Amino acid sequence: MQFRHKIAGGDFAKAGNVASSLKKVLRQLNIDHTVSKRIVIALYEGEVNVVAHAYSGVIEVEIDEEKVKINITDKGPGIIDIEKAMKEGYSTATSQVREMGFGAGMGLSNMKKNSDLMKISSVPGEGTIVELLNYIRPDAR
Amino acid sequence: MQDKNQNRDFHHALNVHNDLCIGCTHCMSVCPTQAIRIRNGKAIISANRCVDCGECYKACPVSAIDVEQDDLEMIFRFPVRVILIPSVLIGQFPRKIMATSIYSALKEIGFTHIYEVENTVDMVLEANRKYMLEKKERPLISSYCPAIIRLIQVKYPSLVDNIMKVNPPIDMSAMYYREKLKSSGIPEEQIGLFYATPCAAKIAAIKSPVGEIESAVTGVINMNFLYNRILKYLQRKYTETEPPQTDDLLSSKGILWSLTRGELVHSNGRALAIDGIKNVNEFLDNIENEKFDKIDFLELRACDESCAGGILISGNRFLTVERLKNRAAEYRAREDDQSRKPAEGFLSVNEHGFLGNIGARPIGKLDEDISTALKKMERKRRLMCYLPGFDCAACGAPDCQTLAEDVVQGDAHISNCIFLQQQMTKQNLLSQEQAMRITGSIWGKERLEKNCNKLGAEDENN
Ligand SMILES: Nc1ncnc2c1ncn2[C@@H]1O[C@H](COP(=O)(O)OP(=O)(O)O)[C@@H](O)[C@H]1O
Ligand code: SF4
Ligand SMILES: [Mg+2]
Repeated sequence: MQFRHKIAGGDFAKAGNVASSLKKVLRQLNIDHTVSKRIVIALYEGEVNVVAHAYSGVIEVEIDEEKVKINITDKGPGIIDIEKAMKEGYSTATSQVREMGFGAGMGLSNMKKNSDLMKISSVPGEGTIVELLNYIRPDAR
Repeated sequence: MQDKNQNRDFHHALNVHNDLCIGCTHCMSVCPTQAIRIRNGKAIISANRCVDCGECYKACPVSAIDVEQDDLEMIFRFPVRVILIPSVLIGQFPRKIMATSIYSALKEIGFTHIYEVENTVDMVLEANRKYMLEKKERPLISSYCPAIIRLIQVKYPSLVDNIMKVNPPIDMSAMYYREKLKSSGIPEEQIGLFYATPCAAKIAAIKSPVGEIESAVTGVINMNFLYNRILKYLQRKYTETEPPQTDDLLSSKGILWSLTRGELVHSNGRALAIDGIKNVNEFLDNIENEKFDKIDFLELRACDESCAGGILISGNRFLTVERLKNRAAEYRAREDDQSRKPAEGFLSVNEHGFLGNIGARPIGKLDEDISTALKKMERKRRLMCYLPGFDCAACGAPDCQTLAEDVVQGDAHISNCIFLQQQMTKQNLLSQEQAMRITGSIWGKERLEKNCNKLGAEDENN
């Protein structure tokens, strides 16, 4: 089953809406809440990154009996040094963004922690694709 | 409806009075857990989904939602008849009526001992503090409002461990006074402990407690009923012989406890108070994805203005809050001389202050088995392509999505939707008679007949 959501860069008020709607879906599917909690946290951070750092994006979620796969594709500045961006505390967020409570530099590392598999690819000046994969059964990891 | 096999015996204090119900959908639209459907022209409440918040009771234009209560006559089975009154009972009377007059009226009604529920809030506070130190879950959510506990059990199952498992004031006081009276030599079976309740949620919590084996409360008297009784006695002139048994454990913090921020002001760390079940719903939706972290304590109450807005409160909730604030200020002035002693002895907080386990009872899962659930969800999403998305409730479900879920669960038919019904009759998939039969099964056969006996019609008051 597939879900597709568009997100607009800079719209902080709506950041998190996709994560909330996925949370409801996972509950209806009777997916264990320790599993769904990780998925929702990872997606939330990915969603915020598009809003905070990119111009626009699309989130695609694919769910089957074994796993939840999330692709976050954005048009934006891209990430030049992915390794550096992954470091806890590293952030290029502007002071305005930080004042709003975002931009602590923990997003990407949180996504890594809360997914079973994470892949980032980016073309500087064009955009970024983040792929997240979580297995539904906690022991399948 | 769905969730068929869970917790059949879960107790509720709200019931639809079938003779009065006109099946108007008001209650269905306001229910925060989508617990209501209309069938055969009457509202039905799903026991697994209902959290006893009372929104339906407030919304019903014909007073067809009943709140159960124990018969007042029941108190006379006990030689010692204790009434535990929450501070909002006194708060709803006009200022000129003194607390002592209300106490006397309660004595006239038949109670021998009158105590305020919040007399033991210091014990609750002690238990809260211990709990906060011991448990690392954050935010901790107050266990004060039983409608909120139930809401979390059914709708936010991942937060059940965040509920602070501390006995709320009513249970603490019921246990405390039972012990106190017993230790003064009164045999246990002679003591009847009654609670004047401001809401249905407290009744349900007393009749089927969560995390507690059995309530120390013997029976429940609804506050609106008591309010009228008290007013009657106050109007009448009677000669008071002996004042009722009481004590002076009430404090300013106790008076304010049941109001919004009443608990919050005593908590350590970062804390928020939210009242109104819609506001709570919205907030908890966000907290589950950890959008708001670093909150230590949440005071959540189902009613607007907390218990001053309880469904069984007769007075205006804003005036009730005003009076209680004034009363608290008077007490505070007296407390400054430090003569007041909080409730102590008789009850060990360590032994009796805490609740047992509170389990989740999640609603809304489409199936236990994930592949079946996936199939049902796919079907639901397909159905949503055809349903109009108006949420008009004419199908007997609160909104299109809920109808679609009921359909995949086998609890409703797609032709319950009046728009699809039109389409289907036009395409000869459904005969006129079938369509009428479906409409009748939702709205009752008489629904489409002329009836001037309704609000705004010719005979509205008959
Ligand atoms: N989608 C994205 N597009 C462009 N840059 C990004 C994107 N996601 C993350 N980054 C870069 O990686 C840095 C670290 O990201 P993250 O760990 O989420 O911290 P934060 O968002 O708080 O800055 C960001 O400051 C930003 O420079
Ligand atoms: S806020 Fe108070 S009156 Fe309202 S449901 Fe909760 S406990 Fe009852
Ligand atoms: Mg980020």
